Amino acid sequence: MSGIESPWVAVPVALLLVAGGLLALVGSLGLVRLRSFQARMHGPSMGNTLGLGCLIIASIIAGSAAAQRPVLHPLLVTVFVVMTSPVTAMLLIRASIHRERSRLEVSRTRVAEQQ
Amino acid sequence: MSMATLVDVAAWLASGCFGAAMLLAAWRVIHGPAAHDRVLGLDTLYVNALAMLLAYGLRFGSGAWFEIALLIALFGFVGSVALAKFLLRGEVIEP
Repeated sequence: MSGIESPWVAVPVALLLVAGGLLALVGSLGLVRLRSFQARMHGPSMGNTLGLGCLIIASIIAGSAAAQRPVLHPLLVTVFVVMTSPVTAMLLIRASIHRERSRLEVSRTRVAEQQ
Repeated sequence: MSMATLVDVAAWLASGCFGAAMLLAAWRVIHGPAAHDRVLGLDTLYVNALAMLLAYGLRFGSGAWFEIALLIALFGFVGSVALAKFLLRGEVIEP
């Protein structure tokens, strides 16, 4: 890479890379550490959107500096992930509510049968 | 330390963080108490893999990494939605 030698390019790219990696790590740590499923939904979505956003900005800056022209195609990944991750989250929450409710109903009918 | 080395070290560090995040997500996929926990872990896993490929692309400066990342985003979304739909309804494509 030719344009990366300038500190005005390299320092923001390096900072954004480290920030993105740490944000993704914190999000996945939340996925492991938090207690209930509804709480666990929050960690990865924060890490994914914010961490991926940092990474995309870093790769736009580095690619533009290397090619000496604006390189915007990494934005496609962000747009796609930001558009699709709420759909997945909503479907998963609905699935969890549905499954919890049906499990409760099964145990309730079992209790009623025993009485 | 030259500036290219700085970016290289930062990309290594970011790749390590994404790898650790993938391991944590894989732990959730294996140990998740409910089925929707596993689907959420799989979702996190593919987004972290995508981010790792983007960090590789930044370090090695080739165009193919970006296209692989885009394909992972597409197929990962389709897979997660299919799994969530299956958990919700019991079938993926409804008649």
